[in-house]
Amino acid sequence: MTQVLIVGAGPAGIRAAQRLTEAGLKPMVVDAAARAGGQIYRRPPVGFTRPAQLLYGSEATKAMTLHSLFDKMVADGRLDYYPSSSVTALGNGMAQVVTPAGVRELRYGRLILATGATDRLAPVAGWQASGCYSLGAAQIALKSQGIALGQQIVLAGSGPLLTLLASQLLQSGAQVAAVLDTAPLRQQLRGAAMMARARPLVFARGVQMRAALGRRYHAGIKLTQIEADGDGPLAIHWQDSKGKARQTPCDMIGLGWHLRADLHLADLAGAQFEWSTTFAQWLPVSDDMGRVGEGLYLAGDGLSILGADGAEIAGRLAATACLLDLGHAVTDPEADLNKLNRMRRFAKGVATAFPWPTQMVRKLLDDTVLCRCENVTAGELRETLDWSGPDANRAKSLGRVGMGRCQGRYCQLSAAEVIAAKAAVAPDEVGRLRLQPPARPVPICAFHPAATIPHEGKP
Amino acid sequence: MTSTAKQGRFVRLAEAGRAPILFTLDGEPLQGQKGDTVLSAILLSRKTLGHADLGDRQRAGFCLMGACQDCWVWQADGTRLQTCVRQLEPGMALLSGPPENWLLPLEPAT
Repeated sequence: MTQVLIVGAGPAGIRAAQRLTEAGLKPMVVDAAARAGGQIYRRPPVGFTRPAQLLYGSEATKAMTLHSLFDKMVADGRLDYYPSSSVTALGNGMAQVVTPAGVRELRYGRLILATGATDRLAPVAGWQASGCYSLGAAQIALKSQGIALGQQIVLAGSGPLLTLLASQLLQSGAQVAAVLDTAPLRQQLRGAAMMARARPLVFARGVQMRAALGRRYHAGIKLTQIEADGDGPLAIHWQDSKGKARQTPCDMIGLGWHLRADLHLADLAGAQFEWSTTFAQWLPVSDDMGRVGEGLYLAGDGLSILGADGAEIAGRLAATACLLDLGHAVTDPEADLNKLNRMRRFAKGVATAFPWPTQMVRKLLDDTVLCRCENVTAGELRETLDWSGPDANRAKSLGRVGMGRCQGRYCQLSAAEVIAAKAAVAPDEVGRLRLQPPARPVPICAFHPAATIPHEGKP
Repeated sequence: MTSTAKQGRFVRLAEAGRAPILFTLDGEPLQGQKGDTVLSAILLSRKTLGHADLGDRQRAGFCLMGACQDCWVWQADGTRLQTCVRQLEPGMALLSGPPENWLLPLEPAT
């Protein structure tokens, strides 16, 4: 029997696993979290007591359905599950997996990647201060730990998570001083029509949540600077939509501009990528079902930023494609393909309403830190271009932007924008960073012979 | 700039009252709760985790999903751990920098 490896146990990975097990396969599932669910349906540790309704709101039923579905597959022994584990390298039908017990090598015949997305970050002067976090970080802390990341919170950026997170924090009793959206209202209205047509209920829920933020919420703002001392932020300085200078005292700032597909494993597995002008980032090239290469399938936000509902459908479709390619009889995927198209229309509306802040990034002041890991400023990157030319990989080699521990996850898109601005080209013309194993930093001791478990799985 | 304030950055909004777990940071005894990540446990009592490798800044984590690598701390045995994805364990001896004897020659492997 062909071994199928699924990486990621969020909505896409769980649905893919379900489809495969229903067809009688026993897939391997590797997931970085201790408990399956992914980021949006992340579960608190065992022993926490808040009910799902409180954690996931209107999505509680979906979350509980996925959790119990996955738990049942594990309990029934229908899949080989590797929690708290990361795939660090892929090649020749072998995945190197760092597990809590040491490094394992898993052999696979076919690969389904459902690795999701990270927050898409843009630099703001002062954002390297401790106490600045991604919006996703604040949501993870709230959901999985019952914790607010500060006493006085400001959320800034754009995208659905900005409003959702503010609303969740307020409901939980956190102090949210301001919600600063770089997307002007006029721009948001352009996307609103598309969102409302594609998914009226989801759109209405978002509008309601936004309204509940009241006077905390400001659209069309410009971020000026984060004022901080050694302990963290003191205030955020910004301009309102009329150009008036404002400042908001705070000790925590959450930043994020929607999501960025995590492409690392897809790249190592041999996927091709193209620049999406809609989503302002590189995305894998695939067919409708998520096929990206021979025996390679992608699903979820790591393929296309469609959110959790889209990820469930994409996960089912990727597994269906895998089964078709293995010669299994499958039910007609027509209905799922139609549903996914609706998700795509909605996602395009979201991307239109809450765009990447192109001009803000292009005009970053020279002394603003662009790469947090390597402490490289926008000005230092611009100087590097005199030597490297407008090439992201050469600029990385010479100037170290994207060479740090996050492996370019949080600076690559901003760096591309800064390089493109100076060279007066489009951001895709500066190239995509070449990704290499390991996909995550791994302690060297993990590779000590005593920590290595000989490879498992059948060829 | 070094952090001097001995108060927490994070605020516990819910799920209080789980079993206490004792650990140390730079030799100082601190208390977290069962189910806390190491990051939560430290930053409920402190403002920062330690100094960044590069630049004049303190670290306190950034993404909380294991991707940014900003939240690693040292342990007394010379190993490090990623605090946002590791659960607190009783008796953890954590350090904001490497232990003093970290660069001593290692015993040859047997």
